[in-house]
Amino acid sequence: MKPLASLEQPANPVLIFWIAIGLVGFFAVPWYGVEDFFKFEWLIDGYPFDADYAPAAFLLGQAEKLWLAPLILPLLAPFAVLLKRKSDPLYARVLIVAGAIGLGWIILQGFSIGIRGWNFGWLRVFLGDLNDRQYGMGYGGMLVTVAFLFLFTQGIAARGAINGDVFVVSSISGIVVIVTIFVFFPIAKMLTAAFITDVGGYSLSVFASKFFDDRLWGLGCLSGGRCGVAWNSLFLAVLVGLITTTLGLIFALVVTRSGFRYKRALRALTVLPIITPPFVIGLALILLFGLSGAVTTFFSDAFGIQPTRWLYGLPGVLIAQILAFTPIAFLVLIGVVEGVSPSMEEAAQTLRATKWQVFKTVSLPLMRPGLANAFLLGFIESMADFGNPLVLGGNFDVLSTEIFFAIVGAQYDQGKAAVLAMVLLCFTLGAFYAQRFWLGKKSYTTVSGKGDSGMHPHMPRALSIPVLALAMIWAAFTMVVYAMIFYGSVVELWGVNNSLTFKHYFTAFSFSFEESGIRWSGAAWDSFWTTLKIAGIAAPLTAIVGLITAYLLTRQTFAGKNAFEFGTMLSFAIPGTVIGVSYILAFNVPPIEITGTGIILVVSFIFRNMPVGVRAGIASMSQLDKSLDESSLTLGANSWQTFRRIILPLLRPAILAALVYSFVRAMTAISAVIFLVSAEYDMATSYIIGRVENNDYGLAIAYSTTLIFVMLAVVGAMQLVVGKTEIGRRMSQSRTNV
Amino acid sequence: MSINSKAAPVVFNNVTKVYGKDVVAVDNINLKIEAGKLVTLLGPSGCGKTTTLRMIAGLEMATKGSIFIGDSDVTLLPATDRDVSMVFQSYALFPHMSVMENVAYGLGFSGFDKSETKDRAVQGLDLVGLKGYGDRLPSELSGGQQQRVAVARALVLEPQVLLFDEPLSNLDAKLRRQVREEIREIQQNLGLTVVYVTHDQEEALAVSDEIVVMYNAGIAQIGSPRDLYEAPADRFVADFIGEANIISCEIVAVSGDAATINIAGFIHTLPSHGLSVGPAQLAVRPTRLIMNAPSGITVTVQKATYVGSRMEYTFKAEFGTLFSVSENVDEPLKVGQSLTVGLDKIGPVLLPKI
Repeated sequence: MKPLASLEQPANPVLIFWIAIGLVGFFAVPWYGVEDFFKFEWLIDGYPFDADYAPAAFLLGQAEKLWLAPLILPLLAPFAVLLKRKSDPLYARVLIVAGAIGLGWIILQGFSIGIRGWNFGWLRVFLGDLNDRQYGMGYGGMLVTVAFLFLFTQGIAARGAINGDVFVVSSISGIVVIVTIFVFFPIAKMLTAAFITDVGGYSLSVFASKFFDDRLWGLGCLSGGRCGVAWNSLFLAVLVGLITTTLGLIFALVVTRSGFRYKRALRALTVLPIITPPFVIGLALILLFGLSGAVTTFFSDAFGIQPTRWLYGLPGVLIAQILAFTPIAFLVLIGVVEGVSPSMEEAAQTLRATKWQVFKTVSLPLMRPGLANAFLLGFIESMADFGNPLVLGGNFDVLSTEIFFAIVGAQYDQGKAAVLAMVLLCFTLGAFYAQRFWLGKKSYTTVSGKGDSGMHPHMPRALSIPVLALAMIWAAFTMVVYAMIFYGSVVELWGVNNSLTFKHYFTAFSFSFEESGIRWSGAAWDSFWTTLKIAGIAAPLTAIVGLITAYLLTRQTFAGKNAFEFGTMLSFAIPGTVIGVSYILAFNVPPIEITGTGIILVVSFIFRNMPVGVRAGIASMSQLDKSLDESSLTLGANSWQTFRRIILPLLRPAILAALVYSFVRAMTAISAVIFLVSAEYDMATSYIIGRVENNDYGLAIAYSTTLIFVMLAVVGAMQLVVGKTEIGRRMSQSRTNV
Repeated sequence: MSINSKAAPVVFNNVTKVYGKDVVAVDNINLKIEAGKLVTLLGPSGCGKTTTLRMIAGLEMATKGSIFIGDSDVTLLPATDRDVSMVFQSYALFPHMSVMENVAYGLGFSGFDKSETKDRAVQGLDLVGLKGYGDRLPSELSGGQQQRVAVARALVLEPQVLLFDEPLSNLDAKLRRQVREEIREIQQNLGLTVVYVTHDQEEALAVSDEIVVMYNAGIAQIGSPRDLYEAPADRFVADFIGEANIISCEIVAVSGDAATINIAGFIHTLPSHGLSVGPAQLAVRPTRLIMNAPSGITVTVQKATYVGSRMEYTFKAEFGTLFSVSENVDEPLKVGQSLTVGLDKIGPVLLPKI
């Protein structure tokens, strides 16, 4: 039955689809980038003959951009094998050759011909002046490129790669290509930018002079002066990593292994900072401990202590980052702490270990990967954090702010930014490698998939008292900080005029009803809607890319899988600041020219947050017994049908988690965003930072408070949905196939 | 319309499966499974039986050699495109679908329209005795019922070959017997080709037309249950299928098919199995030892255990110990007692000396 079906109907619908996409891209959609494509104004503005909006075919028809002509042949070639069977060697060969030539030519022409004609001098020498130019590719170019890619993968699949599975081959290639374009290409571009001289040549000495700058590596602080920014960043990041890991572990222990009553409240409290733009905590600290801060004034009034600027510098940044990143460490550690199989601990107890010994010899060692991960996350987040050092740094400069001022400051030195970003990248990649090295190849997986009905033992008493006390202090402090944020948003002018007012909210979010509809007259609306839109577009895309990657990593075996995993996880170790700089350098010129658009923001969010989607996907997919997929396959479903009908429905909670997370991250992110926003596409966070720089604290805090409530609503709504689906999900897959 | 069989034979030609670089899971095996037969792959864990089964399913690809199902070479065909279905050890019922949706799942990919899919699914459930359970979720069924849903789900596709991967291992002892009889009955009624993996020799003896005993990535012996039990080809098979006393002996003379052997002075004649004069081994089932025989081996009773339906004895002989059972529970032998133990006419088998 099944084998017969494919014999009777040889024209493969998937092949037809991709051929059609390619043709549409070439003949119907504007080849080059069009501003505001989706307003479709270009349709009535000279399309299809105007050179700005013309599809490739119409350009060629007018004898323009003739270098696109060679693409026609590979586009049409697949028709020759449309009626051939997949097993026919010609089928595979034609598709592979057509796809490869098409892709190759697009890349070649894209990089060779730019805004000023030939991009490379030697091309002009060999081929003469071009007297023409091209801008960045648009949707037409994108469709054709995608079509070539998937024609190529159909060819490879037909030759028998990965059991001839078109879906798996296409997904792998698709992800490899987008990760290459949007992670590796920008980083490579940034690395080369570090060597470019003022006149456009390449030189090692330029790099060396920027790299060995005293501002970067100076050790003045050992003798009372100031240290280089690299040391500052490193020192800060290590401290933040250590402290957040410890605090995160403390919280995880309180929640899982103590008789503490208000665990749920504690848990909710730790979620708060995740939905808070990181620098907002910095602002709250200023309201508390700044020169005219509440605590400072109280102490100076009561005890006559002279107010100082102690907060501005390492102490302030450190406190703010610890407050902001501890919940991340907590979220990593709670999974690990809960994941330690209770039967391991129970076994140890029956082997006459005391509670303390069990904790020390079994529980803690099993948590090692979690601790390493939490440290790495804290380290990277601290390195990449941009908002808090900007708000609280004072004279304590760190790499991320230096990079920012190198790009947007008066100096405008791309080379310097690139060098600084490289140093930052080296630190985080170093930490990434150190972590892998430390964990080694040992397997710490203790969740076997078999039903484990045991209970986690409580912490030993000697441990639980200080742990609980610390958790309480931290919780109280967090609450005070958040109370300050809210309070600060309704105060006229902090420290000067403490009368209560909703003025800031009106400035930001006022609107009026008029005949033409609602008029959004508040100052914040533009960036607010942009942020919602961008985050709303980025979140589902992030989830899709992340989950497909997770599916490939957990369920498929293919050559180069380790490299694939490493590549997709790498962007996890790349700080947002570095992504920001590298995107500016890479995507400001053809063939991909997307700076200043919303697309670049969406793309940066996808690749910044993808690792989280991947991890969430891997975690829940490894809970699903593999025999589920296998039985679906033996029942005649192909791998795409299996993915859609078995894996996806069972992964609904993970999908929602990935959606929520990427949405929230997109709303609160600042480190990459600050480089990529434009007048048209301003994001909430960068708008707020701008207000802060103008000392307009009231508006900034009011806006931040609003964001927090919006995200709280979103997270709450999502949680309702997740909760509902969870009822329908049973633990029936506890048995494993040996 | 009813559920039919399109049973087809399965043939393995010099099939080898290597995991990674050098882990040989299946080493150059040849196998022919006839259409309409229930064949068991039996062996200790790690012997390659599950890998063999998964290669039939298309979940693993053979590293070398070729596999045929019916007339077609399926060596390179992935699971999706093979006309084979499989019942998993864990059942692998999709937890988010009802029983009916589970059973209808594969039919949806086989070109049946909606009403026919439903009819067939209902019929499949009927066949396994779960009529009216269609709307339940797998988690609302007992283990045995889940097992039957898994069988129905595989059956309704009318596969050329139906595969079972240790289907009874998650059931309790009583249910095992019942389910295995049901599986056998359906297989015989529909004339299906079934390949069945188990490590339980009793289960294998009970359900199979033919048993393939696997050992160390290779095939130790293929034969009917009776063949394997009564004429094991080597010491491993003798030991693995049922229990056997392995006794060292000396073949003193061979004439025609008959060999005369000497076990510590006791002379006995039995089929030679192609062996020649020299040292050999004798495999004797516990039931094939005759107590208080006129001639035989002299032993003393070392242990006597009452297990209800019979007595189990451990005898001490000159060359080691012998294990024996006796139906006579009313007049048990006493520990320390001496007696002569003889060999049954049929049953004991000569094996080559290792």
